[in-house]
Amino acid sequence: MAGYVSKNIRDATSKSQRGTEESPLVKWTLVALSGTFLAVFLLIPLANVFVQALEKGWDLYVSALKEPDTVSAIKLTVIVAAITVPLNTLFGVCAAWAVAKFEFRGKSLLITLIDLPFSVSPVVAGLIYVVMFGLQGYFGRWLDDHDIKIIFAVPGIVLATIFVTFPFVARELIPVMQATGREQEEAALTLGAGGLKTFWYVTLPSVKWGLLYGVILCNARAMGEFGAVSVVSGHIAGVTNTMPLHVEKLYNEYQGQAAFAVASLLALLALVTLGVKTLLEWKQSREFARAQQNVESMMNK
Amino acid sequence: MKIRLLLLAASLFGGLAASAAETRLLNASFDISRELFNQINPAFIAHWKKQTGQTISINQSHAGSSKQARSVIDGLEADVVTFNQVTDVDAIASKGLIPSDWRQKFPNNSSPFASTIVFLVRKGNPKGIKDWDDLIKPGISVIVPNPKTSGNGRYSYLAAYAFALKKLNKDEAGARDFVAKLFNNVPILDTGGRGATTTFVQREIGDVLLTFEAEVFLTIKELGESKFDAVVPSYSIEAEMPVAVVDRVVKRRNSETLAKAYLEFLYSEEAQNVVAKSFYRPRSEKALQSASAQFKPLELFSVEKVLGDWETVQKTHFGENGVFDRIYQRKQ
Repeated sequence: MAGYVSKNIRDATSKSQRGTEESPLVKWTLVALSGTFLAVFLLIPLANVFVQALEKGWDLYVSALKEPDTVSAIKLTVIVAAITVPLNTLFGVCAAWAVAKFEFRGKSLLITLIDLPFSVSPVVAGLIYVVMFGLQGYFGRWLDDHDIKIIFAVPGIVLATIFVTFPFVARELIPVMQATGREQEEAALTLGAGGLKTFWYVTLPSVKWGLLYGVILCNARAMGEFGAVSVVSGHIAGVTNTMPLHVEKLYNEYQGQAAFAVASLLALLALVTLGVKTLLEWKQSREFARAQQNVESMMNK
Repeated sequence: MKIRLLLLAASLFGGLAASAAETRLLNASFDISRELFNQINPAFIAHWKKQTGQTISINQSHAGSSKQARSVIDGLEADVVTFNQVTDVDAIASKGLIPSDWRQKFPNNSSPFASTIVFLVRKGNPKGIKDWDDLIKPGISVIVPNPKTSGNGRYSYLAAYAFALKKLNKDEAGARDFVAKLFNNVPILDTGGRGATTTFVQREIGDVLLTFEAEVFLTIKELGESKFDAVVPSYSIEAEMPVAVVDRVVKRRNSETLAKAYLEFLYSEEAQNVVAKSFYRPRSEKALQSASAQFKPLELFSVEKVLGDWETVQKTHFGENGVFDRIYQRKQ
């Protein structure tokens, strides 16, 4: 989201930079270089996923996706995302609000903690739950006595996914909330609106695109997470295999086409995420430009 | 609505497996046994249906044998384990989840089939690899999974070591030197058996792959007779594939009868034939006879007879600062 702000600043100042611009040769060389790089490292492998998936025809592609273990992997992935994303949206909004709108002791510590999952290897993220809830772990005996299963079952997968995707919503929201400032909310409060009403009608609308973007990123990662989930899953085909784990399983069983068929669904998810992201950026920058125009026209008067 | 949500939460958190306890079995197995159990499981399901009229389902979990042992220790609710190393079952037994006399529970030391380590080479065997001593020659690139994390790697290492012991008249220092030279020729140590196969086959690294006979023949069958050849050395290791019922799990899930019947079924003629067709060495003489064409004759040795009990072997060779650590550090 910080990207939008800098982009708009750049747009606004671009005219004055004309004199110091590089020659067209440099410009086009750079464009060609980055274009080639993207094509070789991103576009061709991505296209290849679809080519491999459809290699043996559409019918086999569909039947590969209808295979019971695959269906169960897709279901599990959707369930995990359906639990993880709303929870992390709630946590993210709370955390971002606290950081952006209030001053308190330990604020920088909180910001660091929010970023922790980004800097911790996903394998560690999985292992900490095994150490806590595994049979030999701290709560292992107690959970076992009460017949509650966390590790090697759905709850463990959900926990690991929540850990890994925690920062996305908060990270997207904090800069936007900071940028919008507190004036509008203070105005609403002085005009007699309650806290919740202010949040709903003032705070939320001003950050809605950032929030949506965070939710989409969070969802993409929740569905695509491999490392942390692999540690806590137990790899039981048809029970605790998520889509990324299922892709690995199929590939290791020499079922290349089926593996790519499932991988193509994940790739599609990535493309949809990218599309929505672009749309949101475009909407946001348009709203931003309109707001700036309004301000400028008011100043000129 | 609230009740339905509660029920949903309960089913998610109460463990998905608990609902239909005795009709569902989980088999935690090693990495490359996927194709084998894909065939055995439907046969057992049909067999059980005929015997009892009950319809059951069998879930599979596959990963490196030692990793699976770790998972069961950490609480993976596997009713049975089918591993490729005795030490991995022992590791679970040492935590009290399996009785320590598990090797007496089923015939053949609780190992319904076996395999051995042979070589996979590129078509036509361009480097002329015939036996273990060819692997230590300079300029030969050998692919083998990590002996510290995988059964294939461990058996490969021990087979090479025992071959050298035999050749050098039990000179232990000489045998250590032999395996050191061999691992000096290994460019990459993958963590699991299938990973090493992928390195050799798909990434086309190395002149020879050391792995289970079953994996060698499966690779040739799946990925092309025109690209690879199998080379059977003169002497190799008998790799027992041990199985055990996880007592702790079956007692609580009430699945003991089913779990026992499943493992006993592995010894039946029907299953033994599937075992042979999947290139594992069956225990049944009849099944072995009918598949004798695919198993080239070679002298097989048992680890416990030649190198001593598994616990000592494990400690001496693969423990912290064991022989493998020392020879591999020397390389670096």
